[in-house]
Amino acid sequence: MTTTAAAAATPVHSGPAPVSRSYRFELVKLVSQWRIRLLVLACWIAPGLFVAGVSGQSTLPSDTLFGRWMHATGWAGPLVMLGFAGTWALPLLTSVVAGDMFAAEDRLGTWRHLLVAVRSPRRIFAAKVLAGLTVILLLVAGLACSSTVGGLASVGNQPLVGLDGHLLTPSDAAGRVLLAWVAALAPTLALAAIGLLGSVALGRSPTGLLLPPLVALGMQVAQMLPLPVAVRLALPGYAFISWNGLFTAPARLAPLLIGVAVSLAWAVLATVLAHSLFLRRDFTNLAYDGAGRRAFTVGVLPLAALTVLTVAGIAVATDSTGITQAKVQRSLATTFAHLYRSQTEQLHRPAVTEAQLRTSAACTKSDGQAAQQGAGNDWRCVVTWHLPGVPVAGTAVYQLDVGSDGRFVADGDGPKEVNGYFLVRTSTGDAPNPLWQFDGDVELLDTTSKG
Amino acid sequence: MDTLHAVRARGITKCFGDVVALDGVDLDVTRGQIHGLVGPNGAGKTTLLGLLLGLAVADTGRLEVLGTEVGRAFAAPDGVAGFVDGPGLYPSLTARQNLAALAELRGRDARTAGIDDVLDQVGLTDVADDKARGFSLGMRQRLGLAAALLTRPRLLVLDEPSNGLDPAGKRQVHGVLNRLAADGTSVVVSSHRMDDLEALCSEVTILATGRVVFSGPLGKLAAESRELDYRVRTSDPRAARRLAEGMDGIEIVDDAGTRQDSGPLVVRALVPALDDLVARLVTAGVAVRELAPVVSPLEAAFLALTEDREERR
Repeated sequence: MTTTAAAAATPVHSGPAPVSRSYRFELVKLVSQWRIRLLVLACWIAPGLFVAGVSGQSTLPSDTLFGRWMHATGWAGPLVMLGFAGTWALPLLTSVVAGDMFAAEDRLGTWRHLLVAVRSPRRIFAAKVLAGLTVILLLVAGLACSSTVGGLASVGNQPLVGLDGHLLTPSDAAGRVLLAWVAALAPTLALAAIGLLGSVALGRSPTGLLLPPLVALGMQVAQMLPLPVAVRLALPGYAFISWNGLFTAPARLAPLLIGVAVSLAWAVLATVLAHSLFLRRDFTNLAYDGAGRRAFTVGVLPLAALTVLTVAGIAVATDSTGITQAKVQRSLATTFAHLYRSQTEQLHRPAVTEAQLRTSAACTKSDGQAAQQGAGNDWRCVVTWHLPGVPVAGTAVYQLDVGSDGRFVADGDGPKEVNGYFLVRTSTGDAPNPLWQFDGDVELLDTTSKG
Repeated sequence: MDTLHAVRARGITKCFGDVVALDGVDLDVTRGQIHGLVGPNGAGKTTLLGLLLGLAVADTGRLEVLGTEVGRAFAAPDGVAGFVDGPGLYPSLTARQNLAALAELRGRDARTAGIDDVLDQVGLTDVADDKARGFSLGMRQRLGLAAALLTRPRLLVLDEPSNGLDPAGKRQVHGVLNRLAADGTSVVVSSHRMDDLEALCSEVTILATGRVVFSGPLGKLAAESRELDYRVRTSDPRAARRLAEGMDGIEIVDDAGTRQDSGPLVVRALVPALDDLVARLVTAGVAVRELAPVVSPLEAAFLALTEDREERR
C-alpha cells in the first residue's frame, strides 16, 4: 500500500451553489425543452392572431364576457383572452411548467446528480420555484401582450363599455386591462404552487402533472354550483372572475382583493408544504416514488384547513347575501341607464344624464312562484325610465340569465325601437343596438355603494 | 486529521424504515488508490456510496471524508464527486451543454472549465454537440465520468461505471481512473464486473447484507479464500499431472480424458500448495506457460457469499 506523493489537482469550490447559479441552471433546463419553447412561442403569437381573427368575424363570442364588444374596441380582446385563460389556458400552462418541475428529475433519475452538484436541497427548491415562476410569468405576459396587440391592431384604441354599461376611456381601459391581468397572476400562482406540491408529493407519477388542471376544473365547477358566497370567495379560482369588478364604476375592489388574498394564501401555503415535503425526502432511497400517505396529511389537509378558515373569515367579515332580487334590479337598472345614454348619443337624441333618467327595474324570478333570489335563466325584468319633459315613463322588458357567479346576460324583449332588435338605424347606417343584449354583473358582496 | 486515508468510516449504520441497509460498516480508502466495492444486490453498496457523496447521513457511526468529519447530509467536503445509480444527465441538452451547465453551477466559466479536455479524456469529443437523449448507456456513463472529472475531484465515487461500456470504452475509462489515481485522486468504485475490479483496484471491500465481510488488498483476499481452481498450462502436461498427483494439498479436478497430454491441468489448491507445485515443476524442468485461477479470487469470494446467502434462505 502506498500513498502517492503527487498532489491532486486543486478542486473547484464545492460549497453549496448560490441560488442565482442554480436558478440559471434550472432556466437552461426548462428552455432546452421543446414543449416549453413551443408554449412560449404560442403564448406570444397565438392570442394576437386569435383576437385579430375573431374581431374580423361577423359573429362574435358573445357568450364570453366582453366578447360582444370585440368589434367596438381593441381592449375587449385581451379581456376575452383573460376569461378564456382563466378557465383553460393558465391551468394547463401551469401544469406543464410547475407540475413537472420536480417530477422531471425523478423521471430522468437526476436528483442525486443535482444534489451532489448543488449540495443544498433548500437552494434547489428555491431555484426551481423561481425558474418555474419566471417561465409562467413569461407565458402570462405573452398572453396579455399578444392579445392586446392583436386587439389594438385589428380594431383600434376605442373606449370600452364597462360591465355596468359605463364608458371607459382608452387610457382608463388600458390601465384596467393591465390590472385585470395582474390580478389573474394571483390565482395562477396558486395553481403553480399546487402544481409544485403535486410534483414534489407524487414523484414521477403523472398525477402530479394533472393536478393543476384538475384543481382548476374543480374550482370552475365550484363556481358554477349554487354555493354560498363565502365558499365561492374562499376558493382561489374566484380571482379568475373577480377582476370583473374593475370594469364597473366605482370599481368593486372588495371581491377582487379577497380573491387575490385567498389566491396568494394558497400559493404561499402550497409552496411551504411542497418545501417541507421536499426537505424531508430521503434521496438515497432508490425505491422512493412519491410521498404517498404523507402527501395527504402534509399536503391536502392543511389546504382544506385553510379553506375552512377562509370560509369562516369571509362569512364573518362580510355581508355575503349573494344574488338577491334587490341587487339584480339595481344592477340591471344601472347598466341600462349607462347603455341608454350610449344609445341616445348613437341616435343623436338630446343628451340625458343617469340622474334625469331615474331608471328602475322590477324583476321577478319564475314568475314569482319561487324564491326571489339565486341564479337562473328565469328572471324577467321590466325597466322603467324617465325623460326630461316627457310625462310618460318608458318601459322595456328583459329576460335575464343570471349565473351563480353573479354575471348575467340581459336579453331585450321590446319594445323594438328600444331593445327588441339587434340593430338601430343611425344617421350613418345600421349599428349594433347596445340595449338589445348586454352583460351585467351582480355583486355578491354588499360592500360597495350603489353604482 | 487523517492524511493517509481519503475515507475512514467506523461503525456506520443506516436504516430505511425497518430495512438495515448498512450495519456497523468500517471502511478505509487510502489516498491515491482505487478501492473496489463489491457485493450482491441489496448488500448496501449504493447506500454507502451515497453517504460518501453526502447524499445522506449515517444513523450511527463516524465518517471522515478527505480528513473532514461528515456529520450531516450534503456536507461532503470540497473535492468529492461522482455518481450513484447511474449518471444524472439532461437529455434535452448536448454533452457539452450538460458539462457547461454543471461548470457554471460550480462557479466556473464554461469556456475555461476544461470541457473539451474531459470530453477528450472519456472519448466523447465526436459527439460533444449531440443531445444526450440519443446516447447509449455506455456513452452516458462516460459523460457522467466527464462531469465528475470537471470538478477536479480528490475523491471520485462511481457506482457501476462500466455498465454498458464496450471493450474500447472500458479501456478508456480504466485509463482515466488509473491516471487519476496516479495523480493522487482516490477512487471508490462499485461494480458487479469482477474482471473490472481486479484490473483496477488495489483494495476491495466486500459487503453482504449491509456488513463488511472482507476489506483489504486483493492478494490478501486470495490468501484468505478457500481452495480455488487453477488452470496450469505447461510444456509437458503428462509430467505435470504426475507431479501434481503425488503432492499433498493438490487435487486434480479436470477431466481432460484423451486430451491429458495436450490440455491444461486444472487443480484445486490453496496458494501455498500451488506455490509448491510451481517450484516442483520448474525443478523438474517443466516450463509453466500459463497459471491462472479458473474463477478469480474476487469472483470466488463473491460467489461464496452469494451461495452462503442462498443457503441461509
